[in-house]
Amino acid sequence: MLDTPHKERHTFSIIVDNEAGVLARVIGLFSGRGYNIEHLTVAPVDLAGNESRITIVTIGTRKIIEQIKAQLDRLVPIHKVGDLTDEGPAVERELALVKVTGDREQRVEALRVAEAFRAKRVDSTANSFVFEVTGKTEKIKAFIELMSELGLEEVVRTGVAALHRGTKKL
Amino acid sequence: MSSKALSGAKIIVKALEDLGVDVIFGYPGGAVLPIYDELHEHSKITHVLVRHEQAAVHAAEGYARSTGKPGCVLVTSGPGATNAITGLADAMLDSIPVVCLTGQVPVQLIGTDAFQEADTVGISRHCTKHNYLVRKTDDVSRVVHEAFHVATTGRPGPVVVDIPKDVQITTSEQIHKGPIEHRSYRPAFKGDEEAIRKAVELLATAKKPIFYTGGGIINSGPKASDLLRKLVRLTGAPITSTLMGLGAYPASDKQWLGMLGMHGTYEANHAMHDCDVMVCVGARFDDRITGRIDAFSPNSKKIHIDIDRSSIDKIVHVDAPVVGDAGEVLEVFLKLWKKGKHKFDEAALASWWDDINEDRKRNCLAYPHRDDVIMPQYACERLQALTKGKDVYFTTEVGQHQMWAAQFLEFEEPNRWMTSGGLGTMGYGFPAAIGVQMGHPKATVIDVAGEASIQMNIQELSTAMQYGLPVKIFILNNEYMGMVRQWQDLNHDGRYSNSYTASLPDFVKLAESYGATGIMVDKPGDLDDAIIQMMETDGPVIVDCRVEKLANCFPMIPSGAAHNEMILPNEDEIKEFEGGAALV
Repeated sequence: MLDTPHKERHTFSIIVDNEAGVLARVIGLFSGRGYNIEHLTVAPVDLAGNESRITIVTIGTRKIIEQIKAQLDRLVPIHKVGDLTDEGPAVERELALVKVTGDREQRVEALRVAEAFRAKRVDSTANSFVFEVTGKTEKIKAFIELMSELGLEEVVRTGVAALHRGTKKL
Repeated sequence: MSSKALSGAKIIVKALEDLGVDVIFGYPGGAVLPIYDELHEHSKITHVLVRHEQAAVHAAEGYARSTGKPGCVLVTSGPGATNAITGLADAMLDSIPVVCLTGQVPVQLIGTDAFQEADTVGISRHCTKHNYLVRKTDDVSRVVHEAFHVATTGRPGPVVVDIPKDVQITTSEQIHKGPIEHRSYRPAFKGDEEAIRKAVELLATAKKPIFYTGGGIINSGPKASDLLRKLVRLTGAPITSTLMGLGAYPASDKQWLGMLGMHGTYEANHAMHDCDVMVCVGARFDDRITGRIDAFSPNSKKIHIDIDRSSIDKIVHVDAPVVGDAGEVLEVFLKLWKKGKHKFDEAALASWWDDINEDRKRNCLAYPHRDDVIMPQYACERLQALTKGKDVYFTTEVGQHQMWAAQFLEFEEPNRWMTSGGLGTMGYGFPAAIGVQMGHPKATVIDVAGEASIQMNIQELSTAMQYGLPVKIFILNNEYMGMVRQWQDLNHDGRYSNSYTASLPDFVKLAESYGATGIMVDKPGDLDDAIIQMMETDGPVIVDCRVEKLANCFPMIPSGAAHNEMILPNEDEIKEFEGGAALV
């Protein structure tokens, strides 16, 4: 692969044996070889709990992206590796919990913004809200940005989860 | 406890027997005592007690590399495991199949900072192909079998099996039988025939072809070397090889150009630079091979046959990749080449050989002959001449002596040359020689060493004496870490910071103190006698061969330079390349 300085954002989906240390192998590969991790999500995905699915969003040149896929494929407990960006189209979603504090006008405005983003109010007190918002990374970012003017205190994000569109499977 | 139940330790040793392990290199300690108890006076498995765990892994590497069988190591928890790490990293970079069993503190104590506890799977994760922590005795048999499967298939490498002491003591009836059916591990083996056909057709268009081969041929087994010889002779193309691949193609053959790379021959590197189609088999475009990457073989199409998908396109762009075992792919390659009745353009090939033969006239390995002092190159040349045709295996340490050995020793067969290529581990050669000697009791095994490297695992003389292993250590003693000093010449204005070893031991007395034989030689006229005496002496020998102190190893592609910017021996002025001091 001829390399160019242009950096691309890619979403990898990885099915692994749900065994001790497997996540360390995957992220150790990224840190050891100097690859970026923008987002990372992992959880068991079959009913028996034998397999986990790891989603990693990374940024790199075309050559690095190809290397990441080949290097992941080399790890012994890895079943499948898919580059959802290359093999797309894919749906990508993440979830964030956003805590804001304030009173009166600020609270009203926060609720209005939340409604516009279809964010759910999952906790309310006299002077705080926790909103749950899901969507593409850009939407989450936009929501957090607006909330930063409205008493933003804390944010937690799950990172991206992604699947192929249509009938296609990993 | 049912009558069929065995302790974890018994299960481990039974698995090793079933896998055909006949030699284990190791060192006991608290967390592996149950396994050592099973090995006590064992009828089929010989345990070689080393003096440092790093040496156990290097010995296993030497054994593996020279026999084609996996090497096996047994060490205790904590310091036993951490001492083995350098050896494991070495085996990782050179793709050597080694299984290292490590003891671990009992399961209940893991994570409590117990005595001699280390996170062995955590520490070894980055320098092994795979590793396991076995938490249940029921899993022991399967995991040991799986470890050997993973270590020896696909691109070979080291595998660690970490076994807590209680797991070695409790019993189980679970004994693995039959082939490994791994849930996710699917190593490449056969190459895609269509991909091979494309590669064959690309090669057939060449006017200036070259074969560039590496350790992958050796790892694949003797069949791969045999097929390579057939293919290269049939096509009539020139061939060069990496340090790791020496012996796959006979050095005496007229198509052989010698080693390529940083200290490779002028003709090999120039042919690589000027070729129009390159066939890389089982090599990985390492930085020691390519020189400056943007100037590497700029006008060639590249065929790359490698068992590891991630090696392809990692460093250079490949036009015709084939993922598969070198032997398997070469078999099909040869078949398709014959079937297609392919042949190079004869006139073009003849003119290509004319160019190469012109480059050969540069006599790039020439060195000044001296009567007053032994030149290190001369020592290697005499070593070659006096061992030629004998059943001899060579290992090396790391540095100038290693490169001179690679340049001047001539290998006709694979598996005869053991050296630390990827990691460049000083202290590799002597324990590796011990491993080779265990695999080939009747052969002569010679470690070409430097006086600095040999001291990194000199304690293994005790091991060699204990097991009656007549390993020969041939030290090119120049009192400097020669390669470090050479680089200081090149990039640091000759300021020899810490590269001179004051107060070296008297190597003759050192050998004698272990009960071995020591020979000192410092005159060119006495050299042959010293080598002959070394060869004829029973038991381990150290030859302290005092050589010219300031000789540099040429030819050389300095870091950051291109293949056609080599420094030759007759150019005494060492050119400095831009940014050279920052390169490795």
